[in-house]
Amino acid sequence: MGINLFFILFVGVLVGASSGYLGSFMVLKRMSLVGDALSHVALPGLAVALTFGFNPMLGALLALMIAILGIWYLSEKTEIYSEALVGVFFTASLALGILITPEPELLEALFGNFEKIGFLDGVVTVIASGVIFLVIKKISDRLMLGVVSEDLAKSADIDIPKINLLYLLMVGLAVAIGVKFVGTLLTGALVIVPAAAAKNLARSIKSFQTIAVVNGVISTIVGILLAKTLTIESGPSVVLVSIIIFIMSLLFKGKRV
Amino acid sequence: MEENILKVTNLNVTLNTHKILENISFEVKRDDTLAIIGPNGAGKTVLFKALLGLLPYDGQVEWAKDVKIGYVPQRLNIEKDVPLTVEEFLKFKEKDLEIIERVLLQVGFKTEGDHLIHRGKRLLKTRLGVLSGGEFQRVLIAFALLGAPNVLLFDEPTSGVDVSAEETVYMLIDRLKKEVDLTIIFISHELEVVYRYAEHVLCLNKEKVCYGPPREAIDKASLAKLYGEDVHFYKHEHHHVH
Repeated sequence: MGINLFFILFVGVLVGASSGYLGSFMVLKRMSLVGDALSHVALPGLAVALTFGFNPMLGALLALMIAILGIWYLSEKTEIYSEALVGVFFTASLALGILITPEPELLEALFGNFEKIGFLDGVVTVIASGVIFLVIKKISDRLMLGVVSEDLAKSADIDIPKINLLYLLMVGLAVAIGVKFVGTLLTGALVIVPAAAAKNLARSIKSFQTIAVVNGVISTIVGILLAKTLTIESGPSVVLVSIIIFIMSLLFKGKRV
Repeated sequence: MEENILKVTNLNVTLNTHKILENISFEVKRDDTLAIIGPNGAGKTVLFKALLGLLPYDGQVEWAKDVKIGYVPQRLNIEKDVPLTVEEFLKFKEKDLEIIERVLLQVGFKTEGDHLIHRGKRLLKTRLGVLSGGEFQRVLIAFALLGAPNVLLFDEPTSGVDVSAEETVYMLIDRLKKEVDLTIIFISHELEVVYRYAEHVLCLNKEKVCYGPPREAIDKASLAKLYGEDVHFYKHEHHHVH
């Protein structure tokens, strides 16, 4: 049991760290709601995976990748991109997902259940978070310049659409590995809330990203331990811890580190 | 080396079925200073974006082969509380701190001891959001200069800067031109500045209204076409003093 808890915490730390890191860009890109809505897409993928008996994390990942390519195409290649459309599409996939998810699994699909995290999930998480950190580290400067000014970035010959696609795919990856811990309703929060709290405290991009990662890690560790001790769902527990950190960060806003 | 650094032929830009620019043709020689003037909505910024390849257009925009463009945008839509320091921003383009510090000195920041200083604090560690309009513009100019450009595109160097600082932005452009080989293209709506600093002027109001040395190109007829019949613009009387 001790080893099992250690394993779960280890996987949780990876999920929290990569979510926090990605969130730091999402908060500055003012895409927080997209990140949140995106996590809902995981549900139909999860449902299909459960029905056909393959790893739910991979099912979620597949659905997310398809959705992300869709959003990216709409926003970069056409002029019909609109937030309303994204909202409609994502709520539709949530509704559909709820209908097709097998009844016994619905609750944990929506809110997460860390007890069900197996060895394969651990392996997928290690690989995915490694990929996330490597890719984002590599594109970080170009991505951030694009956040500051797309025109400035494009005038410096940066392929913004490509960078944005890479970034969104990494968000999809982070959401997919977060689904088992916090569920499809709340994984978006794990990306956004730690970073939003970090923004209140940071004085430079470097400290912003460091604090976002630390917040993500603290939220998952404390959240999982609380869920275990109080025997509650891990999703709400992790997210509420991150919200408490956010509220505390408001008190320190202005005294930036 | 080609004599022209830029040649624009029959440039047309249409955005959402609105024709923004119509049949614009002009050439810019090396080391020229070209001002683009025109009323609000004349398409000045759109022309810049077309020159930079930031939006789709019809016609030709031909830059010389050896061109390196530095772009100074009008403003950035950046929130005050974004935790991005001057150093981090400039490092997006150039990792070498020595080069960064040299360029910051070039655009008029001062050192105290070993460090560039901004109101008693280290400039490089200052967040972009707390800089004044003029300081921020200098940082944007520094950003543009970091690629060692031979052309600078300046979108409205004066906006958001108070009068005394505004003077120095143009003096700065003038000084930079003397220090390095630079072709400068800037957007302005202040005729006085155009008379004083530009060698050529392109008057724009959806189409090309006039082109040439300011004193020849800007006349009553072209002003009327730009700003309407009953607007009285003045030629600056004291130009010989400067």
